[in-house]
Amino acid sequence: MKKTYNIAVDCAACANKMENAAKKTEGVKDCTVNFMMQRMIVEFEDTADRKAVMENVRKNCKKVESDAEVYI
Amino acid sequence: MNKKQKLMLIRIIISLLMMVALFFIPSSGALRLVLYIIPYLIVGYDILIKAFKGIIRGQVLDECFLMATATVGAFALAIYENSGDYTEAIAVMLFYQIGELFQSYAVGKSRKNITELMDIRPDYANIEKDGKLEKVDPDDVGIGSTIIVQPGEKVPIDGIVIEGNSTLNTAALTGESLPREVQSGDEIISGSINITGLLKIKTTKEFGESTVSKILDLVENASSRKSRSEDFISKFARIYTPAVCIGALLLAILPPVVRIAVGLDAAWESWIYRALTFLVISCPCALVISIPLSFFAGLGGSSNAGILVKGSNYMETLSKTKIVVFDKTGTLTQGVFEVNGIHHNTIENEKIIEYAALAESSSSHPIAKSLQKEYGREIDRTRVSDVREISGKGIIATVDGHTVACGNEGLMEYLSIRSIPCHSIGTIVHVAIDGAYTGHIVISDVVKPNAAEAIRKLRAAGIRKTVMLTGDRKATAEKIAKELGIEEVYSELLPSDKVEKVESILKTKSNDEKLAFVGDGINDAPVLGRADIGIAMGAMGSDAAIEAADVVLMDDDPLKIAKAIRISQKCMRIVYENIVFAIGVKALCLILGAVGIANMWLAIFADVGVMVLAVLNAIRALFVKKL
Repeated sequence: MKKTYNIAVDCAACANKMENAAKKTEGVKDCTVNFMMQRMIVEFEDTADRKAVMENVRKNCKKVESDAEVYI
Repeated sequence: MNKKQKLMLIRIIISLLMMVALFFIPSSGALRLVLYIIPYLIVGYDILIKAFKGIIRGQVLDECFLMATATVGAFALAIYENSGDYTEAIAVMLFYQIGELFQSYAVGKSRKNITELMDIRPDYANIEKDGKLEKVDPDDVGIGSTIIVQPGEKVPIDGIVIEGNSTLNTAALTGESLPREVQSGDEIISGSINITGLLKIKTTKEFGESTVSKILDLVENASSRKSRSEDFISKFARIYTPAVCIGALLLAILPPVVRIAVGLDAAWESWIYRALTFLVISCPCALVISIPLSFFAGLGGSSNAGILVKGSNYMETLSKTKIVVFDKTGTLTQGVFEVNGIHHNTIENEKIIEYAALAESSSSHPIAKSLQKEYGREIDRTRVSDVREISGKGIIATVDGHTVACGNEGLMEYLSIRSIPCHSIGTIVHVAIDGAYTGHIVISDVVKPNAAEAIRKLRAAGIRKTVMLTGDRKATAEKIAKELGIEEVYSELLPSDKVEKVESILKTKSNDEKLAFVGDGINDAPVLGRADIGIAMGAMGSDAAIEAADVVLMDDDPLKIAKAIRISQKCMRIVYENIVFAIGVKALCLILGAVGIANMWLAIFADVGVMVLAVLNAIRALFVKKL
């Protein structure tokens, strides 16, 4: 199950950090952050609760880049 | 500029003005320090706050922390040395912020330009209600509804014209500026712009399934499929910053310790200063931003030229293409059969075509279609009776009371009529009337006007080998290949043979050389998937082709193949230039900084300068018109 979310992030290096942070979140199978389109494409594990996982993704992203925002 | 950027600009200007003023105001001691700290805080307070937050969260190696350490360190050194030279620390912060501002402005601007370039999204559809036009969301229009497109508007949904004549501008879709004529009964594709007349269109698809939605979806997602270069850079960035920081730490501690050991003066200040210079260069931003930006610009430029590349990874593969395999029909030839000659006829040309067209009037075979087209008049079916189809041979029918036999040599043999073999290339239709041989008609596919030039251009773009695959007869295939300058031909292939042929060619090449297969996307999806890169052409309106291919050419001009390859080569060249340039300058600064030649000024100038140049270079990938 893949879903796309809008994000706001200022620098490309930060976008890469967010991608890594999201990838490490439990329930996320894979994640791609597209800095140019300001989008995050998240592939969830089959059993994952999408809402809860995205809350964690957002929290983890904020941890690595406090200015960034993920619009759930 | 957005609000954030404007605020940043104001902070930079105020800080800069204060610096100039302070230069002329003599001051000393604690007062001097306080005076200089004000512009520093104005321009850098957000960095300091973020650095502090980072430390709390354990994110020590983020760029804000490094910038904060470098500048605070420079301040501390100046205080320790009692030199009163605080300008350097402020300048580093100032230039860093200028660089960041430029980066965010340039990226935002180019993102906007590129997305505008690709903006074919229709905002509304017109529906007639009680004699009045009403604008509705295209998403709400069902299949089979009637929509109205006025001159100057975009066609929002795929459909069929039921009323009106007009010319369409398809430039946004195909890159082709020649307008297309449409009239009632014609299929019409969403995303094109209606120029002259009012059109009433019956929709055949929902908005989400229409060409314009598919293309938008594809283009928007293309930059999410990352290339190997992007992966390399993000891995590099992850190692680079920690490595430079460790380097800085070692530089601050090791040389002084060694100097003490050999009995020299430790010179701590000098080495700590050099270590701080390291930190200034530790931000990987120039690299990290310029690579995706180059790809994004390349993808945007190519889609504006009617070439949709489905991902940055395909852009990379396409640039390494050395072998191009063509499917003949629909790519090099028009896929439309035309009557090209009438030989040994005993009655006049028009008459033999008329009889053949009438006899074949009930058939939907392409050959029958081309006969009917050549005849050019309305077929009067009442003149035809007793149609018998002899499978694999042809048709026997009664036309105006005469028995007309139309078909291949086999049919003539079957009817024991002596036929005259033909030396021309193409499909031969022998015609016999009332049991007497009346001549034969040559029907052949027409080579596209640009095909030969396309092959030449491909060779100029560095293609090593061109191959043509076709189900056609050997003689036909070889003649066309020779005419176009294609080296290898495999003819009389069944669709499944084509996959095998591509596989065997794949085995003969090295891994660095990529093989592209060009097809019309209609029945060659398996081959498109098997090649390193599948290129579908003439794809406007064909969903299957858009699905199966990696690169989609919106129109059927074979010249676009070479153009696509050239665009990808330019894009990759820019990517490599940026990688080498940015890493090179950073490495140079690190070395010069370590030996004490480069000071912080030079380091920050180089760092920001590289980023500006890399971003400007990346935007160059957008310009593809002349390729």
